[in-house]
Amino acid sequence: MENMLQILPQVLVDGLTLGFMYAVVALGYTMVYGILEFINFSHGEIFMVGAFIGTEVLLIMDALGGLQGLNPFIALLMALVISMIITGMLGVGIERVAYRPLRNSPRLVPLISAIGVSFLLQDVVRFAEALHRDAFYLTGPILFPGKLDIGIAQIPTKALIVIVTAIVLMIVLSFFINKTKWGIAMRAVAQDQSTASLMTINVDKVIMLTFLIGSSLGGATGVLFAQNYGTIDPYIGFILGMKAFTAAVLGGIGNVRGAMVGGVLLGVIESLSGAYLGPLTNGAFGGEYKDVIAFSILILVLLFKPEGLFGEAVKEKV
Amino acid sequence: MALLELSNIHTYYGGIHALKGLTIKVEAGEVVTLIGSNGAGKSTTLKSICGQVKAKEGKVHFNGADITGKKPHDIAALGIAHVPEGRRIFSKLTVRENLEMGAFSVSDKRLVEEGIERAFHYFPRLKERISQKGGTMSGGEQQMLAIARGLMMKPKILMLDEPSMGLAPILVEQIFEIVKELNENGMTILLVEQNANQALSVAHRGYVIQTGQIILQDEAATLLQDPQVREAYLA
Repeated sequence: MENMLQILPQVLVDGLTLGFMYAVVALGYTMVYGILEFINFSHGEIFMVGAFIGTEVLLIMDALGGLQGLNPFIALLMALVISMIITGMLGVGIERVAYRPLRNSPRLVPLISAIGVSFLLQDVVRFAEALHRDAFYLTGPILFPGKLDIGIAQIPTKALIVIVTAIVLMIVLSFFINKTKWGIAMRAVAQDQSTASLMTINVDKVIMLTFLIGSSLGGATGVLFAQNYGTIDPYIGFILGMKAFTAAVLGGIGNVRGAMVGGVLLGVIESLSGAYLGPLTNGAFGGEYKDVIAFSILILVLLFKPEGLFGEAVKEKV
Repeated sequence: MALLELSNIHTYYGGIHALKGLTIKVEAGEVVTLIGSNGAGKSTTLKSICGQVKAKEGKVHFNGADITGKKPHDIAALGIAHVPEGRRIFSKLTVRENLEMGAFSVSDKRLVEEGIERAFHYFPRLKERISQKGGTMSGGEQQMLAIARGLMMKPKILMLDEPSMGLAPILVEQIFEIVKELNENGMTILLVEQNANQALSVAHRGYVIQTGQIILQDEAATLLQDPQVREAYLA
């Protein structure tokens, strides 16, 4: 028992690190769903592409000798910005090519298109990396290797970087959605597209903007993920995407605040179950059951509170 | 040329021939009303103007330009404000945000603030509700907000679809008073109504639509006296 309490701060930090990553990726799912009522299943792969771009940027900078003596914050910022720009544009391109032509089709059709895009992105990245590096996994330079001693626990600096960056991204997004003209237009379009167009709002442009923002947030999280875990491969997007989607449903899909809370909550629950399931059940269930716990939450939410923690009871749109 | 002109518009909903060769005209400065019973094609006419429904045949001209087949946001940007049936305010946005969305095409922030002040002049009630969510207001207040939101873009024409629907008689009076006042201040208005009596009493001219066709058109005062109109719509 004493031992369990001792590791608690560490477990919580791990959970928060994971949870904030889920939260930022969940925002991409929830924003697109809010407007199109469409689950963009390729969003996890956008996250993965972001991880590769960020890591490649750092590796290339390192190879050119640019990382030596460079402030790690500036290196991280460069990796984040480049990754966000490219994944943002990738998201917009995917919407244009793979989703927009299907917007008036039955709902299942764009969903299948999204799954196709997922496989495509996985294989393109695997192919490119195999060609270029002779291996499809990638280990990048870790910019923040240190640990911060806060007395009760030692917090890895990179975990703090993840959490702080994620919080900054969420604050900027909240400001954009709540206070700017295009942000308000985004909410208006989410509620009523045809009426929004009567206000001279170009709905297609708002949808593009939604994909741009959602995808660049996903890409940024990929960079953070790579920094936190070191090694990445083209398949990291699937399970993380599913978890982030679970987080979005937990918070109430379509609801921005819900995605943030749902992500953090899911990360902490997962970390707690990973650490304590074994000791609490005398080893009958080990930490490897943490994914079972995460997806059981998804099922329970869908059964008992399908609108999620922050969502409103679903009304069919007419 | 009239400010707004529909010539020989044919519109289909799936297999249903909703508008059968509709021709109407609105001159600048007029209040024109389109009356008719439920399902006659009144809303479809407005939707054909604002681009939400594509006309299969015929032309819509506005301010001298052919706007047939253009996208709704481009048509709105030309100065056509459409206050849709059922108000369709953004219920999760505040009153202020609703008004700001009405002024989406206005890039000068000062002009937006002026527009909001103007909206408060016509609808003082909205000022008290400024930071309230649109969906929490009463039906009458929502209708006021919908009209105010339409006015925010400083349109050349205001199209109102059944503004009296579901409102208490006293509120209906108020809404029509405002329609009158807006017109006296120079606004051109195309008013779609089931409430023919009220509509004809504020309008200059009127059209009577039945199963997608104009069956009567005249000065509003004349239509008010017309035995056919009296029997069908004013009874």
